[in-house]
Amino acid sequence: MPTHRAVTTRSRPTREPAHRADVKRRSFLGLLVAAPVLVTAAEIGRQTVFDSVPEASALAVPSPPQPAEVYDLLDVIRDSARPTANLITVKVNRDGTVSFALPRSENGQGIITSTQMIIAEEMNLDPDQVEVTLADARPELVFNQLTGGSSTTFSTYTPIRVAAALAQGRLLGAAANELDQDISVLTSRQGLITGPNGKSLPFGDLTTKAAAPVTEAANVVLKDREKFTVIGKNRTKSDALAMVTGRKKFTTDLKIPDALPTVICRAPDLNGYPRSVGNLEAIRAMPGVTDVVEVGNGVAVRARTYGQCVDAVNAVEARWAAGTVAGEDDESVLRKLRRGELPLAVPKGVGTTLESDTVFYFRSNSSLETNCAIADVRANSATIWGPSKSPIAAQNEIAKKLGIAQNAVTFHVMEGGGSFGRKLFFDAALEAAEVSQAMGKPVKLMWTRSDDSRQGRVHPMATTRIRANVTADAVASFEIRHTSVATETNPGLSEAITATAQKAPGGNLTVSESIWETTQVTPYNVGASTRLLSEVDMRFNTSSMRNIYSPDVATARELMVDRIAAQMGKDPYEFRSEFTKLERWKKVVDRAAQEGDWGKSMAEGTAQGIGMHVEYKGVACAVVELDCRPETVNRKIRQARTGPRVTRVTYVVDVGLVINPRGVRAQMMGGINDALAMTLTSSLHLTDGHFVEASWDNYFYTRQWNTPPEMNIIVVDDSDAPEPGGVGEFGVAATCGAIACAYARATGEQPTYFPLDHKDPLPFTPYPTSPPVPPSPTNGLETTF
Amino acid sequence: MPNHTFQLNGESVTVEVEDDVRLLWVLRDLLGVTGPKYGCGINVCKACTSHINGKAFNPCSVPVGAIQPNDQVTTIEGLADTAPGDGLHPMQDAWIANDVAQCGYCQPGQIMAAVAKVRQCRAEGREVDDEAIEELRNICRCGTYNRIREAIKAGAENM
Repeated sequence: MPTHRAVTTRSRPTREPAHRADVKRRSFLGLLVAAPVLVTAAEIGRQTVFDSVPEASALAVPSPPQPAEVYDLLDVIRDSARPTANLITVKVNRDGTVSFALPRSENGQGIITSTQMIIAEEMNLDPDQVEVTLADARPELVFNQLTGGSSTTFSTYTPIRVAAALAQGRLLGAAANELDQDISVLTSRQGLITGPNGKSLPFGDLTTKAAAPVTEAANVVLKDREKFTVIGKNRTKSDALAMVTGRKKFTTDLKIPDALPTVICRAPDLNGYPRSVGNLEAIRAMPGVTDVVEVGNGVAVRARTYGQCVDAVNAVEARWAAGTVAGEDDESVLRKLRRGELPLAVPKGVGTTLESDTVFYFRSNSSLETNCAIADVRANSATIWGPSKSPIAAQNEIAKKLGIAQNAVTFHVMEGGGSFGRKLFFDAALEAAEVSQAMGKPVKLMWTRSDDSRQGRVHPMATTRIRANVTADAVASFEIRHTSVATETNPGLSEAITATAQKAPGGNLTVSESIWETTQVTPYNVGASTRLLSEVDMRFNTSSMRNIYSPDVATARELMVDRIAAQMGKDPYEFRSEFTKLERWKKVVDRAAQEGDWGKSMAEGTAQGIGMHVEYKGVACAVVELDCRPETVNRKIRQARTGPRVTRVTYVVDVGLVINPRGVRAQMMGGINDALAMTLTSSLHLTDGHFVEASWDNYFYTRQWNTPPEMNIIVVDDSDAPEPGGVGEFGVAATCGAIACAYARATGEQPTYFPLDHKDPLPFTPYPTSPPVPPSPTNGLETTF
Repeated sequence: MPNHTFQLNGESVTVEVEDDVRLLWVLRDLLGVTGPKYGCGINVCKACTSHINGKAFNPCSVPVGAIQPNDQVTTIEGLADTAPGDGLHPMQDAWIANDVAQCGYCQPGQIMAAVAKVRQCRAEGREVDDEAIEELRNICRCGTYNRIREAIKAGAENM
């Protein structure tokens, strides 16, 4: 096994603006769509799948490029969306506004606002003049209506620009005709096209004249990046006013005629189901109750208010079948994971061998809005309202469940109250359809918080094992074996990935393997570098949570990197700066160390930690300060986890082209607070076949008393990457690594499981599993302030 | 079924419902006032935080029968009317200026709690500082806490 030395002096050519010029000069093909008003669409299916790649592979580096450096999950999702991208249309309305139905799911990540900005930029509008809505499920889009893996802007940026630029060109052409002026002397601003004589025409007056009589293709050149006036500027979310006034409508806020509150009584066990119900008639007679039916997952109650649903649910007397993990607990699941672990390939003994074995317990991806959906199922049709990141798959599954045609199901995609991966699935929509059909009435189905926490989807338990062989001044090998409870992949996501990733280098992988291979990068020159995933299917309800594997793998990896640095007598920052593979990555590490005052004097019991991560076409580095002093760790707050406190975070991220810096910082802030939860306070405990945690007083997501008092997020604004990368999940992994390393440095202990408090005594008495819903208190007037 | 009368966002409302139904459901399911959100139903997530007679409370944990006819209940929908002038409440303005909300689901409760916390600090002669803000228990699963802190301090200056 050859030993690889880190490259310390770099002579690689810098990426010149010439590369950008190539991009901007390229003309794109768009479509003029035959319609009474101007409608344009993008057509970029002609690009080959692999034309945009290797910024890494051309470089001679000690660790060969890993698949994700060349072709990552964002490429997979974008390429799966390409053949249908021409169906995404920009429409100029007669009132002068421009509208666009975004085939993606907004759950707070700010993509409606950034899409407004992208269209406004090409058409010289104010973003407020662009109306962006979420598209209903459109099966003809196939893979192009999926929100996941932080892929939205990366995959929609160019098609949307092409359609908008084409519309702008058509409007200018129509105006030139009307004003009898050459197109080159016209200016377009804020929806008004003005000639040199001062005469102007609004978009609304031009749209009919600019409309295409027949659908035809047209070439278009996009605006130069240097001329951007909207993209790259801070913009407040377009729904900020609606959100602070309570006017923003979520699914359960909708008033759909006769869609009364509906709740399902669920089994004590995870995924249990009713064998028999003894008191259906008594339940039907309870106050407010209109309907009670037995369905697959439990007993559904429809009532005048949710409070009365819950009272009725808690009164159900049922015999329950055992669940899918009956009798299991954390330790029994861990034993099964151990049996699925893959061997490490490189033998010990090349230099010094360092090994680590880290366990990551189950975590809940429950958002604040619980699973919910409205369903109105009729004899041969169904209408569904709900948040969904994969509405086409939802529509398909619902149609199958109801025994009707897919096109008989209308799925209205609602904005969600958070997702974090949960809404890749549509559990509530499927149930609402089933219940509405069984009752013959519309229902507004909502999961209670305890259902959402105990029966809802979870981030899988996993182990990460790493072996590194280290010589005096280099790393010979770095091997990662990640073994996880199987992550269920959503039908929509898995079809998109299998249809495309098989064409990628080393294709023909399973869905999980594809996601693993296309997301995992060890960003250092560490010799023979391997990363393997094995999954053990144990019938848990799983899904991603602001990424699937990366935050856990980064935690274990960055801890090992610190140990390697120590073995070599190097400072953690200096090692990363020296051993990271690309200049673009090194710049971010150096900037983080500088902005975060790396190496400053820290009190005993406190320490800095540094972690980096490469994914989503970008690179991030976190420097954190962690306080592990007893007076901090042991501070008492009612119904809370305290423990070590992150007092300062410096986060530098290069996401490529930045659409909305304020929005990017918001996503990083959320990711950083998730990382605190992942490493320090938030986990589910499995016992006797069910999860213990039933609500936010059991499951300790980051709160005001945990969040870092100092947080400095720096978004690189001069990235040489020509396109926007992924943002939504990018705050998590690097921060997780930095916190873990800070803990090890502050305490001198190498953590072997996460979150760090998982084995501490529970600071609460668990709620019973039967009746399933903790009753609402009645003393709310005693806790006013 | 008994009738219940109380003052909601400056107007008298009467609703016919059983005494023990919690006020949150009376507001949301019967009166169609959906600013207060459900996040737990047991007074821990604070997403439904509203005001009763000017103080923060959680209607998920108050039976409607405990509300008196002259009790003033204010939800996020009525907050702006409690401040001088025609515009928003200063805390709402601060929320927009700091671009706090992401999904927005918890934010009505956050804003109502923030306003009450500032009033409480004023009444007790305390600063609206990090220590006071850390007494707020409202969960934001999007993790907007740091912008919430900035917004509360900015909003307090104009209250």
